[in-house]
Amino acid sequence: MPSTLPLGDPAPSDGLLPAQAVDGSTDRAFGLYVHIPFCAVRCGYCDFNTYTATELGGGASQDAYAGTAASEVSMAARVLAESGLPARKLSTVFFGGGTPTLLPADDLALILRRAIEQWGIEDGAEVTTEANPDSVTPESLAILKDAGFTRVSFGMQSAVPHVLKVLDRTHTPSRVPQVVQWARDAGLAVSLDLIYGTPGESLADWRCSLETALSYEPDHISAYALIVEDGTKLAAQIRRGEVPGIDDDDHADKYELADQMITEAGLGWYEVSNWARTPEQACRHNLAYWRGDDWWGIGPGAHSHVGGVRWWNVKHPTAYAGRLAQGLSPAAGRETLDPETRNVERVMLEARLQSGLEVSALGAEGRHQVASLIADGLVEPHAAFRGRLVLTLKGRLLADAVVRRVLPA
Amino acid sequence: MSPMARTAPVPAATDPAIIRNFCIIAHIDHGKSTLADRMLQFTGVVQSRDMKAQYLDRMDIERERGITIKSQAVRMPWELEGTSYALNMIDTPGHVDFTYEVSRSLAACEGAILLVDAAQGIEAQTLANLYLAMENNLTIIPVLNKIDLPAAQPEKYAAELASLIGGDPEDVLRVSGKTGMGVEALLDKIVRDLPAPEGNANAPARAMIFDSVYDTYRGVVTYVRVVDGMLHPRERIQMMSTRATHELLEIGVSSPEPTPSKGLGVGEVGYLITGVKDVRLSKVGDTVTNLAKPAADSLPGYADAKPMVFSGLYPLDGTDYPVLRDALEKLMLNDAALVYEPETSAALGFGFRVGFLGLLHLEITRERLEREYNLDLISTAPNVEYEVTLEDKKVVHVTNPSEYPSGKISEVREPMVSATILAPNEFVGAIMELCQSRRGVMGGMDYLSEDRVEIRYRLPLAEIVFDFFDILKSKTRGYGSLDWKADGEQVADLVKVDIMLQGEQVDAFSAITHRDKAYSYGVMMTTKLRELIPRQQFEVPIQAAIGSRIIARESIRAIRKDVLAKCYGGDISRKRKLLEKQKEGKKRMKMVGRVEVPQEAFIAALTTDESKDKAKK
Repeated sequence: MPSTLPLGDPAPSDGLLPAQAVDGSTDRAFGLYVHIPFCAVRCGYCDFNTYTATELGGGASQDAYAGTAASEVSMAARVLAESGLPARKLSTVFFGGGTPTLLPADDLALILRRAIEQWGIEDGAEVTTEANPDSVTPESLAILKDAGFTRVSFGMQSAVPHVLKVLDRTHTPSRVPQVVQWARDAGLAVSLDLIYGTPGESLADWRCSLETALSYEPDHISAYALIVEDGTKLAAQIRRGEVPGIDDDDHADKYELADQMITEAGLGWYEVSNWARTPEQACRHNLAYWRGDDWWGIGPGAHSHVGGVRWWNVKHPTAYAGRLAQGLSPAAGRETLDPETRNVERVMLEARLQSGLEVSALGAEGRHQVASLIADGLVEPHAAFRGRLVLTLKGRLLADAVVRRVLPA
Repeated sequence: MSPMARTAPVPAATDPAIIRNFCIIAHIDHGKSTLADRMLQFTGVVQSRDMKAQYLDRMDIERERGITIKSQAVRMPWELEGTSYALNMIDTPGHVDFTYEVSRSLAACEGAILLVDAAQGIEAQTLANLYLAMENNLTIIPVLNKIDLPAAQPEKYAAELASLIGGDPEDVLRVSGKTGMGVEALLDKIVRDLPAPEGNANAPARAMIFDSVYDTYRGVVTYVRVVDGMLHPRERIQMMSTRATHELLEIGVSSPEPTPSKGLGVGEVGYLITGVKDVRLSKVGDTVTNLAKPAADSLPGYADAKPMVFSGLYPLDGTDYPVLRDALEKLMLNDAALVYEPETSAALGFGFRVGFLGLLHLEITRERLEREYNLDLISTAPNVEYEVTLEDKKVVHVTNPSEYPSGKISEVREPMVSATILAPNEFVGAIMELCQSRRGVMGGMDYLSEDRVEIRYRLPLAEIVFDFFDILKSKTRGYGSLDWKADGEQVADLVKVDIMLQGEQVDAFSAITHRDKAYSYGVMMTTKLRELIPRQQFEVPIQAAIGSRIIARESIRAIRKDVLAKCYGGDISRKRKLLEKQKEGKKRMKMVGRVEVPQEAFIAALTTDESKDKAKK
């Protein structure tokens, strides 16, 4: 998550949710996101809410974190119940960061166990952790598997050393096939995360990264264009002219190449930046974000959504730990969305999915645009015929522009 | 002994023999207003404690820019050798755009103070106004100002002035408006050297209007100089050019606050109030007479203000159109030279085509609209008025490129000016190069002093309205000065260049140019627009064309990527806010066909940056 939090309304100190959150909750899946705000080093492009070991001390230390996060899990279960939400089993759990695997596997297991104690977990639930290739071992992966994890997503980013260097990634490319094998051996599904468009990365570099990643036969691939966020080291390097800037055309070329190569390798896109070997192997937790399901975000700066109420926790781990120690909600702010805004979000989010958006969700103005979107080659004509707005390859690259066109001015 | 007069002559009962009417001719920044302030103070008209810097310049813009747009007149008493005199100081506008107003102010005087900065020497506009004063047979008192400055070169510039008007360099007065040094001697010299006004006190009344201003509370205040006879309060007066009659509600003098009097007699200068609300009913140069006993002939020199430069003014926010309309109506009350009519642009929406005396007039008007009425405006590139004769002998006057006729044209005439440029002689080459590139024909060149020259050119007005002065300034490192006056017209090989976005003509960017410059205009504009217009979801060709012939072409490649790769850890709020911001941005776009053009692109494309670029070099 980005280092700046949105502006919203103040959140109540007991964290209780308004009645709106309850409406229709039985139709929505419930998931848990757990943010682990620690990294061994901060990468130059990263503006996520994460801290290196030396940046934090006192009650916010890595050692104490699992206990703190687990206490928010308990609070979450109580708040949901007291707010009148029905008991729902966990459908998906996702540990992200930061680098979750920088914590001992037992710590991750502890947090997951606490969650399962509170809510229970559906049969066949998806439980993922992000991992840095540097920070897993066969033993740690086995512990995760035993605790109930089903899936691991490795931050491979690139197979090319000079690209990894610009990204400040510390792992050596040759370690990736090894950790993929260990994860397989432990019985975990494997996803690889790639980043394209890094300054200095050629099209050939990117092709090499894709070929390498695909040769490990992952179940799932995410390929994200590098975004240069203000305030990062990379932004400063670009401003000073030390590394070249970002070129959208280069990103477009690389996205097209990625889609072509990944598709040829037998995976299919299900969201703008995500491809899965089979529809069942799509990341269901990720889909929940785009489909407007409910999830609780644990950890400093984590975002949550329940029935049109969005909130986010205080950013700093020390402040976060302090709030929980006092028995207060760690929420920093929240938004309660009106039906109109919820519909805007629905259009904005579902348009990114291969399953598409119901055309009937659009207003008259938006429906009127569909024909011209087809004419411009941005929307699949056949799907539109069946009443669904599904983006073409060109449309996926212009998804935000398409959304602006179909939403009322 | 106090230099102030012990008794002030009473208006309406003042012998012309003790009246002195004068104005100050000076360049912007040469210290006219400061000197005037000092005179007001020394004559006791304004108490020192009431002194605002530049008392006479009333409008904020005037005070800030240190220039005078509207003239005023102040009556000051001054005593010399036991006699009290009435001095009328008529403040004149200092800029080339207002030459006609200057000429009327000069016609109201018997003498002029030629005020020149002792560190800079005479400038082109001052020289032009000096010639105007000499044509009006005014007695000139040459004065060097700012002699307290370390950079002052009084000997050099005194010699320059003496050679211009004749006489001895020693006779050039040296003053400092800032310290007050020499100001009393100047007041004495005004009394001694300037002739008293002459007129027939028994003839029917004739008074010349040299200024009229609109005052929210009092209506139009008309400033006059009485030539013959006398005007009294409550009588009916007539404007001789329009035959309009009014009742004289109030008559008086400014000293410097308006002070009603029993009338104004021969040679006196003062104001009239008739209750009218529009300065157009009190035209500068017109003659006021008594309706009951009218004069047979009006005073010479009256002319209608004629706009020279035209520009479209459009509110940035279309809903401000009524505000702009009301604002123009109000400005018009106070500005007889301003003309406007509604116009529509496909690209810019509803606005007005406004006629101005010149570029400064345009700038000032625009600034007043933006500042006093809180408007954000786009102004299109300034245009002159062309006379287009079609093959069927029909004549069309074109002030806007979009009115340019599309039929067979037999002849196009464009307005010409004769321009005078003063500069140090080292810049002669650069100035000639500039004028030549603007289709100028040299008229002559004279040395004012050893190292300063006066260069005369005849140029098309269209070539100097846009950026000529800025470039002249930068090419002469700020030393060059320019004056121009209308000088007939000429037949020229002119064409209209249209700019098209994806085949749609954008009227705001059309221009009438000389055929030889059409190509460079086309290339400049298409290149500029390619940089200014963001990429769209489709390729956008930008073409420049004369009629159906394409002379330049650029294209904006289609945008290929407009999507955020991911949403961070479920921070949907941030993504939605970004979308809302983008949609807000879209609202500020103008649609040209399917192409979204940001307002800023219009503004930037319509502003010249040639001069700025050059200044940087």
